[in-house]
Amino acid sequence: MFDALSDKLQGVFAGLKARGKLTEADIDKAMRAIRLSLLEADVSLPVVKQLTKAISERAHGSDVMTSLTPDQQVVKIVNEELTRLMGESSVGMPMSPRPPTIVLMAGLQGSGKTTCCAKLARHYQQQGRAPMMIACDVHRPAAAQQLAVLGEQIGVPVYKEDGGTDAVAIATRGVAQARAAARDLVIVDTAGRIVIDEAMMAELVQVRDAVSPTAVVLVLDAMTGQDSVNVASAFQEAVNFDGVVLTKLDGDARGGAALSVRAVTGRPIFFVGMGEKVDALEPFHPDRMASRILGMGDVLSLIEKAEQTVDVDDAKDLQKKMTSGQMTLEDFLVQMKQVRKMGPLGQLLGMVPGFKALAKGQDVQVDEGRLDRIEAIIHSMTPHERRRPDVINGSRRRRIAIGSGTTVQEVNQLLSQFQQMKKLMKRMGKGGFPSLPTA
Amino acid sequence: MTGDAEGREQLERWAELFALAPPPAPEVAEKRRRGLLGRLRENLSKPRQTISPQIAGIFAGTLITSDTWDELEEALITADCGMDASLALVERLRAQEAEGRITNGQELARALATEVARDMAPEPPKLEIAHDPTVILVVGVNGSGKTTTVGKLAHRLAQLDQKVVIGAADTFRAAAIDQLAVWAERSGASLVRQAPGADPGAVAYDAVASGKARGADVVIIDTAGRLQTQRNLMDELRKVRGVIDKALPGAPHHTLLVLDATTGQNGLSQAQLFDEAIDLSGVVITKLDGTSRGGIAVAIHQTLKLPVAVVGVGEKLEDLQPFDARAYAGAIFTAE
Ligand SMILES: Nc1nc2c(ncn2[C@@H]2O[C@H](COP(=O)(O)OP(=O)(O)OP(=O)(O)O)[C@@H](O)[C@H]2O)c(=O)[nH]1
Ligand SMILES: [Mg+2]
Repeated sequence: MFDALSDKLQGVFAGLKARGKLTEADIDKAMRAIRLSLLEADVSLPVVKQLTKAISERAHGSDVMTSLTPDQQVVKIVNEELTRLMGESSVGMPMSPRPPTIVLMAGLQGSGKTTCCAKLARHYQQQGRAPMMIACDVHRPAAAQQLAVLGEQIGVPVYKEDGGTDAVAIATRGVAQARAAARDLVIVDTAGRIVIDEAMMAELVQVRDAVSPTAVVLVLDAMTGQDSVNVASAFQEAVNFDGVVLTKLDGDARGGAALSVRAVTGRPIFFVGMGEKVDALEPFHPDRMASRILGMGDVLSLIEKAEQTVDVDDAKDLQKKMTSGQMTLEDFLVQMKQVRKMGPLGQLLGMVPGFKALAKGQDVQVDEGRLDRIEAIIHSMTPHERRRPDVINGSRRRRIAIGSGTTVQEVNQLLSQFQQMKKLMKRMGKGGFPSLPTA
Repeated sequence: MTGDAEGREQLERWAELFALAPPPAPEVAEKRRRGLLGRLRENLSKPRQTISPQIAGIFAGTLITSDTWDELEEALITADCGMDASLALVERLRAQEAEGRITNGQELARALATEVARDMAPEPPKLEIAHDPTVILVVGVNGSGKTTTVGKLAHRLAQLDQKVVIGAADTFRAAAIDQLAVWAERSGASLVRQAPGADPGAVAYDAVASGKARGADVVIIDTAGRLQTQRNLMDELRKVRGVIDKALPGAPHHTLLVLDATTGQNGLSQAQLFDEAIDLSGVVITKLDGTSRGGIAVAIHQTLKLPVAVVGVGEKLEDLQPFDARAYAGAIFTAE
């Protein structure tokens, strides 16, 4: 959709290098490119202005003007300024020294509060806490029911009152019940509200005053545009929230709103939502968000994911097998499962810098269904067949195809691709440069 | 509701949108169309900061200076119109100024509203109810306002004596079906549902088949929210569309993308990818009662020529309006 800032700056500086020296006008051009890039990422205008001013000052004062790689210098400065503005490191949600910790959720309609409640509950439950959720959205139809279903999914009790209309009373009774049941984390879901609805904002303030939360959390949609600053300021004024959960970041939104909110309210981002499932919650990393806003990929997250899922010894072992041409379909299956455990492949590839640009801004499309079928095919083989694919003759192929619900053609394709891959790996192991596959 | 002139006038506009016969004439002499700008404002259920002080400042000016253009560009960007659409608009207005057609802030405000309105809706929007039944498929990202919009649409259609069937094809989100059931009851539409987790295509098929069997005029299908980059879920949507076509050749007759007015530049990606998947026929902008201006609709229209059909202005049954480009442009950009 959008060019990465680095590409844009390369464009700006291209051809200038030949002249050997950058002028003031060149720097101005670069600043315009930065401004455009930030606006395309939904960073709000006042914050963009503040940022470009700081960046421009640094660019003038530094060695950008004489640098051989001015584009990289500028990108570096921009990245640093963004990271600085975003807060230096990730901040955790505060927990009360005297339980229960009470967390109040707030936000616009449709920002993802209810799902977020369940994600937080599950996250802290896994850390050994005993959460409970309270359904105080008395406005949207079936909102309490939605929280109840989610609670059941993750095994966390939910306090709700059928037909209840008084959010403040429900919150009060819910917290009392949580205390009585000795729950040490109480998450209070509230209705979405627009910030100029005075009655609704007043309700939120009353709920807050009734439950005295340890933390008030603003739930913010990563796709929010220029209005993020108004929204965040209004919620800050009304309930003085402590931090933000940024939702729907699994899409292709650049998420400039996160930067704006941080810049204007000074509040940190506690977590980011990365999917609809209850386990799709991740800690926030300011530096990664900075490169995302600039469209520069997210290598750090990728590395971390790999570290979390891949066993180092296994990996070494596998590498040896691969380069000596001894890899079997069994190894292949294990490896494929490991990679897929890190998340949808498209999402992973999207984190590689430049990949989105290569794919012309389109999300990187990986046919997960095909991967499923490959797994099914290998699963339908006997252990012997997996180790010695050359024994798989015509009748075995038919059996495997039927067993995996695929076609003989697909089985053939997998086997021949596997052979090719093995050859390629072996050659790489011998230090030969792999030739590009032609078909 | 239909008793007073106000409600009746609204219903007439709905009848126009749906290309249906207008409601029967009331005894009271109705006042004809009021000021276009006034109408949107009035109908907003809650007080809205219609205008940023910044924009008000531009249009208060007695002279147009070079600052005016910078400020206007910024105002458009602040409304989420995006860089391209904003620059294009400013260019066209500058040309008008060069010809001497714009000389002060007020004229600029009017010209801007005219440009936007002409761009976005050269003709009044249409959502024709002309088939037996007419099928409307409602799609969008998570939380954009699909389910609410389905309920509100059903309500307006019912008011015009249309028999409506709603299909609960969001079988994924927790309690989504319960939520829709409440809206079906409020609007008096019948609901076709299956158990949570059921195949959305099967529900859509059922809904259309049941609509045909019951002689319904309209079938509206609610779908699960999905991010436009989720390939498998977009494929699922393609399938739902295909299944509907199988149940009733030529259907769905309208495919509406529901877009939250607070959406920033990602809205373009939404429109593009949903359009690629299921060929959109129009857009619904929701939550225009909030502080966002929904300028992304301008950008979307500029790149994809997708018309806005209706807009959401609150959480109640009545809080939906046929899109009125002039009122929209006016409420977004002009100070009054
Ligand atoms: N203020 C305001 N709120 C709205 C409007 N339209 C919808 N909402 C609210 O936005 C929230 C989400 O609306 P839904 O209709 O559930 O959205 P959805 O797209 O069906 O959501 P999912 O199915 O979860 O993806 C609810 O709280 C609605 O009440 C509107 O025009 N104005
Ligand atoms: Mg819904």
